[in-house]
Amino acid sequence: MSSPTTPSSRDRILGRVRAALAGAPDVPPPSRGYATAHTADDPAALLDLLHENLADYRAKVHRGTEAELPSLVERLLREHGAGSVAVPPGLPAVWLSRTTVEQRHDRGGRVPAGDRTSPAGAVPDATLTPYELDATDAVVTGCALAIAETGTIVLDGGPGQGRRSLTLVPDLHICVVRTADQIVASVPRALPRLDPGHPLTWISGPSATSDIELDRVEGVHGPRTLHVVLLVDAEDGGGG
Amino acid sequence: MRVALFATCVNDAVHPSTAIATVRLLERLGVSVDFPAAQTCCGQPQFNTGYRRETEPLVRRTARAFEGYDHVVAPSASCVAMVRDNYPRIGRKARSEGRGSALSDAADSLVPRTYELTEFLVDVLGVTDVGAYFPHTVTYHPSCHGLRVLGLGERPRRLLRAVKGLELVELPGAEECCGFGGTFAVKNPAVSTAMGADKIRRSLSTGAEVLCGADNSCLLHIDGMLRRRDAPQRTLHIAEILASTEEEPLT
Amino acid sequence: MKEEKARASARVDGRGPGDGRAFIGMPAFPEAAAEAVGNDTLRANLRHATRTIRDKRAVAVAELDDWAELREAGKQIKDRTLHRLDHYLVQLEESVTAAGGTVHWAADAAEANRIVADLVKATGESEVVKVKSMATQEIGLNEALEAEGITAYETDLAELIVQLGEDRPSHILVPAIHRNRGEIRDIFRSEMGKWGRPAPEGLGDSPAELAEAARLHLREKFLRAKVGISGANFMVAETGTLVVVESEGNGRMCLTLPETLISVVGIEKVVPTWRDLEVFLQTLPRSSTAERMNPYTSMWTGTSDDDGPSDFHLVLLDNGRTDVLADEVGRQTLRCIRCSACLNVCPVYERAGGHAYGSVYPGPIGAVLTPQLRGTTSEIDASLPYASTLCGACYDVCPVAIDIPEVLVHLREKVADRGGRGHRLEKAAVKAAGWVLDRPGVLAAGERVAARTRGLHPGRLPGASGWTDSRDLPRMPAEPFRDWWRKNRS
Repeated sequence: MSSPTTPSSRDRILGRVRAALAGAPDVPPPSRGYATAHTADDPAALLDLLHENLADYRAKVHRGTEAELPSLVERLLREHGAGSVAVPPGLPAVWLSRTTVEQRHDRGGRVPAGDRTSPAGAVPDATLTPYELDATDAVVTGCALAIAETGTIVLDGGPGQGRRSLTLVPDLHICVVRTADQIVASVPRALPRLDPGHPLTWISGPSATSDIELDRVEGVHGPRTLHVVLLVDAEDGGGG
Repeated sequence: MRVALFATCVNDAVHPSTAIATVRLLERLGVSVDFPAAQTCCGQPQFNTGYRRETEPLVRRTARAFEGYDHVVAPSASCVAMVRDNYPRIGRKARSEGRGSALSDAADSLVPRTYELTEFLVDVLGVTDVGAYFPHTVTYHPSCHGLRVLGLGERPRRLLRAVKGLELVELPGAEECCGFGGTFAVKNPAVSTAMGADKIRRSLSTGAEVLCGADNSCLLHIDGMLRRRDAPQRTLHIAEILASTEEEPLT
Repeated sequence: MKEEKARASARVDGRGPGDGRAFIGMPAFPEAAAEAVGNDTLRANLRHATRTIRDKRAVAVAELDDWAELREAGKQIKDRTLHRLDHYLVQLEESVTAAGGTVHWAADAAEANRIVADLVKATGESEVVKVKSMATQEIGLNEALEAEGITAYETDLAELIVQLGEDRPSHILVPAIHRNRGEIRDIFRSEMGKWGRPAPEGLGDSPAELAEAARLHLREKFLRAKVGISGANFMVAETGTLVVVESEGNGRMCLTLPETLISVVGIEKVVPTWRDLEVFLQTLPRSSTAERMNPYTSMWTGTSDDDGPSDFHLVLLDNGRTDVLADEVGRQTLRCIRCSACLNVCPVYERAGGHAYGSVYPGPIGAVLTPQLRGTTSEIDASLPYASTLCGACYDVCPVAIDIPEVLVHLREKVADRGGRGHRLEKAAVKAAGWVLDRPGVLAAGERVAARTRGLHPGRLPGASGWTDSRDLPRMPAEPFRDWWRKNRS
């Protein structure tokens, strides 16, 4: 290993570890008697559970169809008073087709080179600086998956999600979950679907703290408002 | 069935009434009880204060004193916890230090035969109504060793609820330690006293006449605090309540 | 401002930077705890906070009917890892390196601090933003950086309160748990301006207002930060992934906005596989903040193009951990995932407060970890194993089943073996008692003497003030049980 410190520290620590364990009996692989999920695999039930748990941790939850999404996004941005919205690469342009707020496209993130320009049109080939992000009111993204039992959405920087800072610095985050194929029941069901090689952000409700008298308060450094749009099929019924 | 009373040193020297009550209670239930005089102390205070090697002779003595008995019954959750939890540990450690397996074998033989009184009543004798009479309001403090090490659970409360005339009131924060903790009481008197003060405040808030427990060591501490305040509540070991009958009521 | 801060750090018990013993010179636990017990505000703050979280945790844990299995799996994963720690550390190093990170090994606090200071200096920066991290507190990193002319800004709300208040942390999860909202407001009002953006005019004491003040104060620091420093909750050996679990988003800020990220992590934080996270990501949030999931969890593997820091350094810290590993009873302490459930449930912690433990690791876990990391030569460290009634509530709630009472008693043996203050006399007394207790005849004679002289026993004894200052002595019986037995039954 090309350790930049003195090789002796590495060797010393590993030597100490080996000396500490000398003669210790081996420990078998762990038994995993726990459940892989605490919920039945019924899509409708998982959707309801996700909805409930997201709302429980103060995310604002909406259900809507693909067709309703543009006007829902437009309304949410308008009601928040947003003047600008950060747009990750690969976000379907139609999602923002009804809003008139300024769109600030970001190039960064894990998107194939050919997909670097948003379908929305001409996009500057640049990443937004932290200051530019700070001056941006909102961000709209998709997600990699959502976990029903914990009310969690997971972002992996894939198309429509962008860099991690995009969903961090603006004060409003609108996240769209495709309920047909993006909801899993539990944490053990989520991990195999995620690639640890990508930077991952697990989000469960808006930024919060329990640091004052161990009482939970929403809204510290991350987005203080989190809207989650559960995208459902037309026949499941929409409505915000 | 040969049953030995494991009186414990605290009961022997300071609370003989608890040991006597245990004898009377068990005899009333048809159990013939023996008291092997070779027993002294289980060694818990020494062990928990850091004197494991000094505890070994007491492990050996205790195991030998109760050899040959089918059941060893102690009116003390904490002494039974010592035997069940720590005797095997002390034995294993002696073996790993190259001092043979005699201690470990002695511990292994004693552990499965040793019962805390309420365990023995409910699990071995299969009784919850022991025919007791005690017309008073009682609240129950489950000592930590009874609650968490032995897992006595509802046994003591079930026994108390079946006592004629007894009104059982729940103790708020019952699961919380009273602050005794063996030598903790004198090594950390400020915290010990603060915990004890909260315990008696809650106990007095129940309005119960009696605070009952299955461990006289905790009761020693709680009772000492109650008496210092001249508080209108007394402490009693559960054995003494269960031994009380209409014919021979405990006063 | 610099001078003031330097004075402040020197003042805190005369600690030297980087020696990892920020609390040396503390009185032993009983004296420090006695002082805390007498502080009504502190008692009320701690009682309120610990009871709030204690009840919520119980509810969150009860939601999972396989909690016992998750706890057992967490314990076994950690034990398996610890027993092959050399293997997993080497694997982790390979994975992190392959993903574009650089791995450093620090045998002790001084080496870790030097590595971090050199890395920061190499960037040309003189300030860093920090994610709350126990490891960097343990090694006294902020003070070490200060000595090198580098200012470290704590960004976790509670850490910020501690830093602004020139205070010491008193809880693993919520270092400012000893402060109530009014005290926090006062600290923000008087101190924020000295460190950057002042508190808003007319700042009130509602938690929402206080959180907003912290948001505004820290935002400018996040935006300009070029170097972030973190710890990690988990490191996955097979993938090289680091995991930081947090609530506020300050962690995400520090982990993603700067160009350089330096993570200082104890070697015991490694887990073998990606899958292993499925256990800890369920048990940690519920044990820690009583949530199904904490608001933010960040996972990163080395560096990524266009996303987050382009330079990532992992400093693997020993600093006494291999000594803990060498102790077959004490070893289980290294399973700890720093959830702080044991603090929240501990009746001693609730009354003594975190500072009495004289270490960044307070409460039951601190009482077992600190004396193993630092040894038991100082008075405070030798007193920690006795800072417990052995009530076992900590063991019950521990999500990795550390038998804290077992380790406490084991450490008491070590302290007693060494002798030292009080223990020589105590040992003599134990030996004398042992002699008596091995002779039932002598014991009976002693009991009889005590019984016969009972009329002479005062309620308070000069030599027994530890007991009698607050409690009456028991009334001695007329005769010991063994005499009753002899007369009535044998």
